[in-house]
Parts: sequence; C-alpha cells; structure tokens
Amino acid sequence: MLRIEHLSYEVNNENILNDINFEFKKGKFYVITGHNGAGKSSLAKCLMGLNKSKGKIYLDDVDIAEMAVDERAKLGMGFAFQQPATFKGIRVVDLLKINKKPLKEYEQILNKVGLSAKEYLFREVNNTLSGGELKRLELATVLNRDLKVGIFDEPEAGIDLWSFGNLSQVFNEFKSSERTTIVISHQERVMNLADEIILMKDGQILKSGKKEDILPLLNI
Amino acid sequence: MDNNEELKKFMLKKVADITEFPEGAYNLRVDGVGVKRQNSENVQIVPKEDKSGIDIFIKENSPKQVVYIPVLIMNGGINDLVYNDFHIGQNSEVVIVAGCGIHNHTEHNSEHNGIHTFYVGKNAKVTYVEKHYGHGENIGKKVLNPVTTVYLDENATMNMDSTQMEGVDYAIRTTKGQLKAGATFVVNEKILTQNNQFANSIFNVELIGKQASTKIVSRAVAKDESKQEFHSNVSGNCECFGHIECDAILTDKANIIAVPQISALSADARLIHEATIGKIAGAQLEKLLTLGLSEKEAEDFIIKGFLS
Repeated sequence: MLRIEHLSYEVNNENILNDINFEFKKGKFYVITGHNGAGKSSLAKCLMGLNKSKGKIYLDDVDIAEMAVDERAKLGMGFAFQQPATFKGIRVVDLLKINKKPLKEYEQILNKVGLSAKEYLFREVNNTLSGGELKRLELATVLNRDLKVGIFDEPEAGIDLWSFGNLSQVFNEFKSSERTTIVISHQERVMNLADEIILMKDGQILKSGKKEDILPLLNI
Repeated sequence: MDNNEELKKFMLKKVADITEFPEGAYNLRVDGVGVKRQNSENVQIVPKEDKSGIDIFIKENSPKQVVYIPVLIMNGGINDLVYNDFHIGQNSEVVIVAGCGIHNHTEHNSEHNGIHTFYVGKNAKVTYVEKHYGHGENIGKKVLNPVTTVYLDENATMNMDSTQMEGVDYAIRTTKGQLKAGATFVVNEKILTQNNQFANSIFNVELIGKQASTKIVSRAVAKDESKQEFHSNVSGNCECFGHIECDAILTDKANIIAVPQISALSADARLIHEATIGKIAGAQLEKLLTLGLSEKEAEDFIIKGFLS
C-alpha cells in the first residue's frame, strides 16, 4: 500500500531520519509514537512530501518520492496538521469546496467532527475560532476527501470539550472504508485504536508491533 | 473586444455589477460626458452649471433608496475630471453604487479624477460601493485618482466599500472624513496591484463630536514589481473611537509602505492602529497543497479570499 525504502531526511547536514524501511498496509490503523525529537512528525511530513527526503516511497507500487505535495494529494494522500493554518477572508465552506462535493456532504462532515454546519459553514477560518474548533475543522478538511491514506499529526491534542469518544468514532469510520490511517500520538488511548504501533527513536524505527509490546519500551 | 455596447456592458458589470440600469435613479458618464440619467421620486440628479459633474439630492426621510452613478472611459487620451456632490437628507437611507472602469487599448494614457463630496444629514445611513477597474492591453496607462470627502452630521452612518481590482496602473486614492457626535464612518478598502502598478491610499479622518467612531480596514495585495503606500491619520479631540487596520500580502518583488497614524487630542479619545505586511504564510500554502491545489492555485485561492 504505502511502502518506504531507505528513507532519510536531513536538515543542515544533521540526520533527522535515518534509513527507514516500512510498509503501511491497506485498511490498517498505525500509531507512530516516541519521545519529542524522535522524528515522528518529520516522517509524516516526508510521506506527504512536505519534507524533501531521500529514498523511495511507493503508493500502490507507484514511486511518489519525487512527486510534489499536491500530486501526492491527488493520488489520495491527506494530511491533518498539528497546528492548523488560519486564513483571512476564507470561510469553512471555501476550504471544503476545494474537493467539489454537494453542500449536503459538507454538513455531514462537519457534524462528524462535532461542528454544526449552520453555525460554522460560513464562518471565516481565522483567529476568532478557538484552537479546538480549528483542530476539528482540520480533521473535517481531511475527512472530506476521498483518500487512500490519511496522516494525522496529533489529532487529539486540544480538541477541547469534544470528547475523545467522538474522535475514536471518526477514526473507526475512516478505517472501516479500507483507508490506511497513520496517526502521530503520545496518547495510550489513541494507541488502543491501533492495529500496529511504530516506536521511533533518534530518527529510526526502534520497533513496531502491538501496544503491549511497545508500551514497555517507551521509557527507553 | 471593440469599443461597443458589449464592451460597455462588460465594464458596467465589472464596476457596478449590472449590465442594464434597474428602475430608480442613475447617471452614466462615458468618456467625460453624461450619457444617461434618470431621477426617481426621492432622488434628484442635477448637472452642475459651473463645472463638470452632478449634484445628487436624496430627500429627507427617504427609505431604502438605490442610486447608480458609474463612470466608463472607453478610449485612450482622455483626462476626465468630475465633481459629484451628494446631499443626503436627514433620516434617509441610501445605497450608492459608483465605480469607474477604464478601457484603454491605445498608446495614450487615460485618466479619471472623481472628486466626490458627501454631506450626510442627521441619522441618515449611506452605503457607498466603489469599484475601480482597468482593462486593455497596450502601453497607454489607466489612471484613477478618486478623492472622497465625507461630512457626517450627528448620528449619521456611512459604510464605504472601496475596491481597486486589476488593471489600474496608477492611483492616488484620497479619503477624508469629518464626523460629528454619534456619527460612524466604516471603510473597507481592497486593493490589488500587479506588474509595475502603483497605488497610494490616503485617509484622514477627524472625529470632532462626542462618541463619533471610525473603522478603516485596508487589505492590500501587491504582486510582481508593483508598489503600494498606505497613509492614514485618524484624529480625535473628544470622547471618540477610531481603529485603523492595514493588512497586506506581498509576492514576488513587490513592496508596500504602511504608515498608520493616530492623533489623540483629548484624553478621552480611544484610537488604535494595526499594520501587518508579509508574504503568504507557509502554513497556509502547505495546507492547500495537501488538499490538492498546485502552488499557483493555492496562492490565487488565498489572495481571492483575502480580498473578498
């Protein structure tokens, strides 16, 4: 499904990711975890093309390593940012409309992330929205797309009063439609949703496996 | 497109969002001459006798009037200077749609200088919509220098939406206001410059009556090698409120100078200014790329929203 071979990434001659090999399988839920600076977000951004990496990245056996972000997006990759961008003069509906779906579907997507379409669809995506509202809207923009792979960078952080149960439901639905889910998280409750957990340390994958195999290693 | 009725309709649509004149009062000026005029029960448009221009009279207590006064310049080598005075009777409510479009397909410059003065009576409400647009491919420049002066009587309100779209090569845009007690003047200005265009926006608003208030919001986008300046001064000599906000996006080799000034001449005056200039934020571009837009599409999307 999504396979990486010998993936490396450096900034100012410093290795951030070092010779990573892994295969994300179709319809599976992966959590990438590890301490701060382990390389989790860097790896996620390399997969999406937001970081320029070395090595091979295959999506359904097509090498996408040299493709730009928008080309990868068109092939069915999506990314939810840890810190969502704000836009002056751009409304929620404008962002959702990029994916050209009927208005009714935008309403459903917003409902899924606990935002009422009546209240939010025509609001500007600016700093008048709270951090939690922006975070849920960020999720909505990804869920709104027909994806093969969804990458979520700490989606549970700052989702305010919206319960974690709702987020679990969103991910379960996402996963049930045969899409591959990759979530960056430190949270054990997110790991509970995972088919496989990838533990990163010093820019490498230290181990991958079930939660019970990985949790004891988190303090290493 | 030739200089014909279709082109005029195209230009009218751009500057006044109409292709035909609706019922009610209007005045159309083309190439420096008034060509169509209509009055209504509550709106009288009278040509000036001593100079080029019109006086527009809105009767007192008139409910929800709409007046169109667009100007078109359809040729090169025209230098149009016009004085339009608006006399808004007290307690009346009016929407005035102005705007000027210059189509210049020649080597000669064309210029429109619209000197507009508003005398707004007590408790009256005015919405003033003004769009400026330049069209035509040649070295002849499209120049627009509007001067808008606003006198607001007690508790009068004026909302001014001023937009300079693409195609205007050179513009000095001057807006002045004097507000009596309880009056409110709100300005939303949007300017786009590209290539080697230049625009200078100048605001000078005096708050002279108790609880007078103004809010001036300017959003500007400068592309290519264009240049923009924004100079504003809000002064208050009593208990009043003023807010100036200049937000600008730069791309390529463009530059913008913003000089927001506030002058509090009384301890009771509450005045605020903000100015932000910068390129498109990387986080905004990245988000749109992940939604499948190319870099160019993403930039256009951000700019269109910013100026909407």
